[in-house]
Amino acid sequence: MLGIVGTVPDADLGLLHGPARMDGGRVTVAGRELEVQRGTPALLAAALQVAAHLGRPEIHASLAGDTGRGDGSRHLYDWLCRHLPDCICSVLVFHYLQPDVDWHGRVLLAIEQMTRPPVLIADAGFMYAAKMSGQAGRYDCFTPDLGELAFLADEQAPHPFYTRGFILHESNRADDLIERAYRHDNAAIHLLVKGATDAIVARGRVVDRVDAPSTPAMEAIGGTGDTLTGLLAALCAAGHDLVPAASLAARANRLCGALARPTPASPVSELIAAIPRALADLGLPATPA
Amino acid sequence: MVFEQTGEVIRAENLLRGEGWPVRVMGPPPEIRTGCDLVIEFPLIEELHLVRALTAAGIAPLQVVPVSGPLLAPVDLYQTTDFGDHLMVRAANMKITVAKGDLRIVNVSGGGCPDVPWLASQLVGCTLDTAPNPRGIGHTLCGYALALAFEEVRRQCSA
Repeated sequence: MLGIVGTVPDADLGLLHGPARMDGGRVTVAGRELEVQRGTPALLAAALQVAAHLGRPEIHASLAGDTGRGDGSRHLYDWLCRHLPDCICSVLVFHYLQPDVDWHGRVLLAIEQMTRPPVLIADAGFMYAAKMSGQAGRYDCFTPDLGELAFLADEQAPHPFYTRGFILHESNRADDLIERAYRHDNAAIHLLVKGATDAIVARGRVVDRVDAPSTPAMEAIGGTGDTLTGLLAALCAAGHDLVPAASLAARANRLCGALARPTPASPVSELIAAIPRALADLGLPATPA
Repeated sequence: MVFEQTGEVIRAENLLRGEGWPVRVMGPPPEIRTGCDLVIEFPLIEELHLVRALTAAGIAPLQVVPVSGPLLAPVDLYQTTDFGDHLMVRAANMKITVAKGDLRIVNVSGGGCPDVPWLASQLVGCTLDTAPNPRGIGHTLCGYALALAFEEVRRQCSA
């Protein structure tokens, strides 16, 4: 089972846990419909598309309503600490959460108590907390974009907001940033770096690069990084090893862009709709559940 | 000065700068960092005046900490991408894209703090003149970075 942890920009949502479903483009968790614009709902929608296509629909979401005050994230952290030890999932993804080093440490302790250690993927705010806590190496994969890679490479920055200028200037030199992030132990075991050329990195070594097809408008579209993380997580949960899953996810995400032919004003939902066809074009035929 | 929420730091900065005080928003010293923090740096000799003004405004700081070493500075570099009909500006990890024709915000991307999706819902569809400044409604460092990108794209489009 794939577990997805994140937030939804709805202050009244409270905590929401349960099986995630997709029906005709509508995403529901525990029976409640979510609007798919960007952020964790976009990650969830992409993962659900993969799961439906591959006939492996087991996705469980743990979400909190949070518009940035952090209250929802803290409630969710607390829930995770109490319930993760009893959870069984093969892949666990942490996404848009208020970065909080103390809570991050407690969640890692709860994960240690799980019967079987899941593949751990972190993106967005939880990745920031993981790096700042000095425990990046505990994760199987981070999925930074180039700006976030510069943050991982800056051993002094506690958040991308403080990435020093001389490192930000290097953002077109991904390999140097990757080397620097690993040198200071601020990278996960694997990285899937999202950029004009996506880089798949294992223990500091770039093992694959994906640069085609290229749809530059995707960089402007909120949620295209989230869909890539969702694709990666769902492919891992379907049994693919992490490196081939990352390569396949990068190709599929780019193919969605080529199929949808978006402008910088397009919503990410147009790309998510193209996921089944992208997977089929990449040699993954639809499989009945 | 340390506050409970980043949103309070932004309000305090606006208030103190509006009254002409020489304050700067900076990163907290390592010993008091929690994850998504800003502090206000000010001349220690002005503590009494500033805390009084902030308390009167209902945003008293949680604590005042003397520092001797340099604090981390917020990002001050911008990257601009011209898509032809659209212009995208990035500050740190946040990107905002506007249509050149009517200066309407068409997309917001990047970031990792929970107010980003909410801020995007408030901004996308508005013009640069009518959109709320994320500096006033955001709560996190990503929200602050989006405010910087917003102000930069507005500057570029008005030039």
